[in-house]
Amino acid sequence: MAIEVIKPGLATSVQDVGRPGYYNIGIPLSGALDQYALRVANLLVGNDEGAAALEASLLAPELIFHAPAIVAIAGSEATPKINGEARPRNESFAVRLDDRLTFDYMKAGARAYIAVAGGIDVPLILGSRSTYGLGALGGFSGRKLAAGDVLPVGNPKPGARAGRALPGDLAPSYPKSLELRVVTGLYFRRLTDEAAKTFFEDTWTVAPEADRIGYRYRKGRALSFRERKQPFGAGSDPSNIVDAGYPYGSIQVPGGLEPIILHRDAVSGGGYGVIGTVISADMDRIAQMQPNNVARFVEVDMATALKARAEYKGRDRRLRSSLSG
Amino acid sequence: MSGIRYSFGADEHVFAEIDEEMSLEAFFKGMAICKELEKRRIPGVSEICPSNASYLIRFDPDVIHPDKMLATLKEIEAQVGDADLELPTRIVELPVLYNDPWTNETGQRFRERHQDPKSTDIAYSARINGYGSIDEFVAAHSGAPWFVSMVGFVAGLPWLYQIAERAKQIEAPKYLRPRTDTPKLTIGHGGCFAAIYSVRGAGGYQMFGITPAPIYDPAQKLHYFKDFLAVFRPGDIVKFKSISREEYDRDIKAVEAGTFDLTFHPVNFSLKSFHSDPGGYSRHLVEVLHGH
Repeated sequence: MAIEVIKPGLATSVQDVGRPGYYNIGIPLSGALDQYALRVANLLVGNDEGAAALEASLLAPELIFHAPAIVAIAGSEATPKINGEARPRNESFAVRLDDRLTFDYMKAGARAYIAVAGGIDVPLILGSRSTYGLGALGGFSGRKLAAGDVLPVGNPKPGARAGRALPGDLAPSYPKSLELRVVTGLYFRRLTDEAAKTFFEDTWTVAPEADRIGYRYRKGRALSFRERKQPFGAGSDPSNIVDAGYPYGSIQVPGGLEPIILHRDAVSGGGYGVIGTVISADMDRIAQMQPNNVARFVEVDMATALKARAEYKGRDRRLRSSLSG
Repeated sequence: MSGIRYSFGADEHVFAEIDEEMSLEAFFKGMAICKELEKRRIPGVSEICPSNASYLIRFDPDVIHPDKMLATLKEIEAQVGDADLELPTRIVELPVLYNDPWTNETGQRFRERHQDPKSTDIAYSARINGYGSIDEFVAAHSGAPWFVSMVGFVAGLPWLYQIAERAKQIEAPKYLRPRTDTPKLTIGHGGCFAAIYSVRGAGGYQMFGITPAPIYDPAQKLHYFKDFLAVFRPGDIVKFKSISREEYDRDIKAVEAGTFDLTFHPVNFSLKSFHSDPGGYSRHLVEVLHGH
């Protein structure tokens, strides 16, 4: 069984739950940016929830199936079509030999997940099938997909069937304006009092430079850092620190101009002081922001972050119980 | 150095700043804590990343509560506090073609982003560090060995800190605006840190030269990649060796033929011995490299 790429879309890659354990040598987690949508797509086709699927960004690919398969699409609102005929999102459906899968444009959300029963069967590299593009590692030949690529598919599990649907209350919506919850810290204290205030007051717009490495935001007021005699080794700009590790979800503001939130293909460290970190429960939501969508940052404490995480995990449990069997 | 400053990176990370400024002491302490943390194999801890004068931990708060995680790190800090600062590690010599045509060409393409558009990166850095010539600068850069003080940014990219007194540290600003291109295997420098660009890409460090030795290879072709696809780990010691264009070309041919190799020698670094005689200790390390 195989899938052929006719048009690759803007940036389509093989992703799974990711590759933890190598951040200390600069190899980031990778994996689906919207982990919930990956789980939905996989469970709909009877895969393990962390199996490898295709992640499409903003402009989805065009694919031809070289054998019959069970397929499910989750994530952004882009209507899938088989040979030009609409198919449901968030529901598994059957495809036949030589069927052609295309998509309408993404009306809301930025990432669609295409799961195939059996999973995308590229080799496991350091425990994961995820693509890490900067390091030319994993996935299909270590890169995003290109026209002509032929993707191997594994053997479906016995439970794979068409017509399995996600209950409506478990289907997220993707608003064009949202709030992202942030725990401040790390080098937040380097900001002036004014900047520490305006960062949370302003509405920030997703810039075109928003990808798997990080999401860049703009149109808020510039942030200034407290003047100081820079510590030895830190570099001359007041936003600079002695190069240090960057958490996933951490927010850096090079030169005080445009905040960047690092995502799952993060650069693992550098010399910009990080001012806070987006909570784990909101990382999937970042992945579904399109350029020109807007966000406000809301400061929360650890207790709130843990409560949001528990709610996120609770939804995962409901997802599993509703789609198992 | 006062106490370590801890800060949560939301619900999954703890960042620990040993010191605001870079020093061998801060680096050693971070390494010692990270090593102890690794040894304890604490359930829920998925990433342990030492970095220059700080370190970063990623953990699963459903397995270990953030308060417990922090308490554990503080306990390790107290335990490591009095440790004799010795690091069993390894040293390797890395050939470098300094002042090479490729990084100079790249530097010229992005000249308007540089502090001194009329100069080259290496000539500029030699001048602002008080060296009379590029040769003298190269002698200093390739003289005392360097610690790999962090690996990251992208896969397998080492940051290095020279094992020398602060007065002898080479310092250079980053480009005014980062370049969009840097040749693969460029030897760069920003602040007090050297870096070896493991892959081609954007960068803001001054470019001094290029090494023929691959340091990251997902295909793991050369012998020294047999265990892992990235060469360097925090704590490794690197001695740069200035080579000629002919030697560089010969090394590149060996890389292409799959016969190029690097030799790592075990060495025990003692911070105390270094402080009692920095110059002598640096020479001692180089002797280890040459088998004395």
